[in-house]
Amino acid sequence: MSETMETDGYACRVVDLKKEYVLKSETVRALRGVTFDIPVGDYVAIMGPSGSGKSTLLNVLGCLDQPTSGSLWLGNDDAAKMSDDELADIRSQRIGFVFQAYNLIQQLTVVENIQVPLFYQGRPLSPEQRKRCHDLAKMVGLGDRLDHRPTQLSGGQQQRVAIARSLVNDPYFILADEPTGNLDSRTTEEILQLFERLNNEGRTIILVTHEDEVSKRAKRVVRLKDGRLQWDRINSQEVRDEAARYALENMPVEV
Amino acid sequence: MGLWLGTIQLGVKSLWLHPMRSILTVLGIFIGVASVIWLLAISKGIGDEAQRQIESLGADTIMIRTVKPPSEKLSSQGLTPYGLTREEYDMLVATIPTVRSAIPIREMRRQFQFKNRKLDGRLVGCTPEYAEVTKLELTSGHFITDAENFARDCHCVLSAKVAEKLFPYEDPVGQRIYMPENQDFYLVVGVLKPKGATAAIGGSMAAQDFSNDVYIPIRTLQQRIGDTVMTMRSGSREGEIIELNQITLRCRDVTDVKKTAELVGAALDSHSKMEDIAVVVPLELLEQARTTRAMFMLFMGMIAAISLLVGGIGIMNIMLATVTERTREIGIRRALGAKRRDIIRQFLVETSVLSLTGGITGILFGLLCGPAVTMARTLANTWFEKQMMDLPEVVRTVQPSIVPESIPGAFFISLVVGLVFGIYPATRAAKMNPIEALRHE
Repeated sequence: MSETMETDGYACRVVDLKKEYVLKSETVRALRGVTFDIPVGDYVAIMGPSGSGKSTLLNVLGCLDQPTSGSLWLGNDDAAKMSDDELADIRSQRIGFVFQAYNLIQQLTVVENIQVPLFYQGRPLSPEQRKRCHDLAKMVGLGDRLDHRPTQLSGGQQQRVAIARSLVNDPYFILADEPTGNLDSRTTEEILQLFERLNNEGRTIILVTHEDEVSKRAKRVVRLKDGRLQWDRINSQEVRDEAARYALENMPVEV
Repeated sequence: MGLWLGTIQLGVKSLWLHPMRSILTVLGIFIGVASVIWLLAISKGIGDEAQRQIESLGADTIMIRTVKPPSEKLSSQGLTPYGLTREEYDMLVATIPTVRSAIPIREMRRQFQFKNRKLDGRLVGCTPEYAEVTKLELTSGHFITDAENFARDCHCVLSAKVAEKLFPYEDPVGQRIYMPENQDFYLVVGVLKPKGATAAIGGSMAAQDFSNDVYIPIRTLQQRIGDTVMTMRSGSREGEIIELNQITLRCRDVTDVKKTAELVGAALDSHSKMEDIAVVVPLELLEQARTTRAMFMLFMGMIAAISLLVGGIGIMNIMLATVTERTREIGIRRALGAKRRDIIRQFLVETSVLSLTGGITGILFGLLCGPAVTMARTLANTWFEKQMMDLPEVVRTVQPSIVPESIPGAFFISLVVGLVFGIYPATRAAKMNPIEALRHE
């Protein structure tokens, strides 16, 4: 079918993605044919109520789950047709994950956590890669805490480590699943600003959220409902600025 | 290589998150490995000792001993001669071609005296070869010679202890000792080095304690004492008429021993009615002892293997708990690009680190077996002297001898235990669905 899909300029392309699974002898059709493209440099918020297929889409986009049919083009490869090991390679090389619960590994230090995706690329770390890990830690403002353990960091700091980790493999896109869900509004703002900065530097970001305030900060919002695309719209610069201003104005006062 | 090194570092770090738990798990393997080495070393020590005692009898020898027949076979009136005869000795030497040399031996209890010093001991009449066969070594003088035997000289050789008791100040060689029962003097021509006792072998051969022996030529003994010996024992007179107590045959080759023993048995068949002789073949005993030792070591090894198994189950138990506990971490790693085999590798490395740590420390501790046993014995001897005396000889004297193969063996087994008992938890971890694992609290 779409073997000759044009992929230049796209971080990923989703073509007629369907996902069904059996739950207690009942077939659940979580995705019923979703198609959309994410061009390089985009900043997309994926929204939708629970049961809309949002999580399923996230898992498929993150190459953690395989669709029943359809294609997911990451570069010239269709992730929908890959084996478990190939998907693992894709995850370690082309995707940057940021989770709601930060998901750092407790027994590793900040810098070691950042290195994990490189570790699974199967090659010993080069000096440049080591330097890159340090630079990323500095970039997210944790240059002085390289040897701290996750338990010694605040939630916001942990999420910044996670963002640094998501960048270490220079991914096609960052896939952030409710990255601010566990954070207070001040830290949420910090993280959103960091995302904005990364996007301005050219990073592609896919952000799954159910908060309107968060989705308004993205360049584009994709809304799912009942396993289908409900709408896909561009946030104008005014909407984004307004949302940023609103967030700053309603910041709780530091006591 | 870097990957493995990284995995090992990671494994150590993960294990160190729960130091107490890891140490206890390691302890299980440690005890298993140490007990493999210890039990094998101790059983080998015991086996070696038995074997050494039997070997000191000589593997190429056959001993035919006179034993006291059951009382109902002896006539109630007077003394019945029994046991081996000189005629039989000559017959054996003349007819069995595989016999290289033969030693006739006559033994009896006698009192020895020098000046006013007295000692009860064993008088042994023998030929010069006796020294070689029983591995007697001299400190001074010479053993009985053929010439002395032929000439029926009243010469004797003293064992170390007799020499020490009778001649605490003098040089025994050249002195004469007195045997009051025969009113005879014997010229001391040689003194032996101290010698350990040989093994007791069933009922046919009592443990031979060579410490109170005095050796004289057998022809001298026959001439001056004769075959009939009367002794005073607990107030009554007891007598025996025996020509020879023992004939020690040496075969031309160890391979001839069994055949020769059969021939000897056939030749001396006439004694079967009287039940007054016993044929002792050290080679057979040696083989028996080897079998017994092998069985013993196998048994001990099995006990140790069980403790290793228990240690392995401990590893498996802890790893299963760890897998459940670290479900989230496994999910994270999978999301970040770990393949199933990366997860398997990680867990196998952790179990291997546990089991090898236990293995290596267990081996080091196992190597201390010898000194540790000596020390424990010394302490026990100082604190529980009386109780120690009641313990069997083996317990008091055994010197563990480490079986060299048990060291690489134990190392290998501990590695295998780590891998085998790690496989199930590791595959369980790897099989987890990353999405569900990530959701795990």
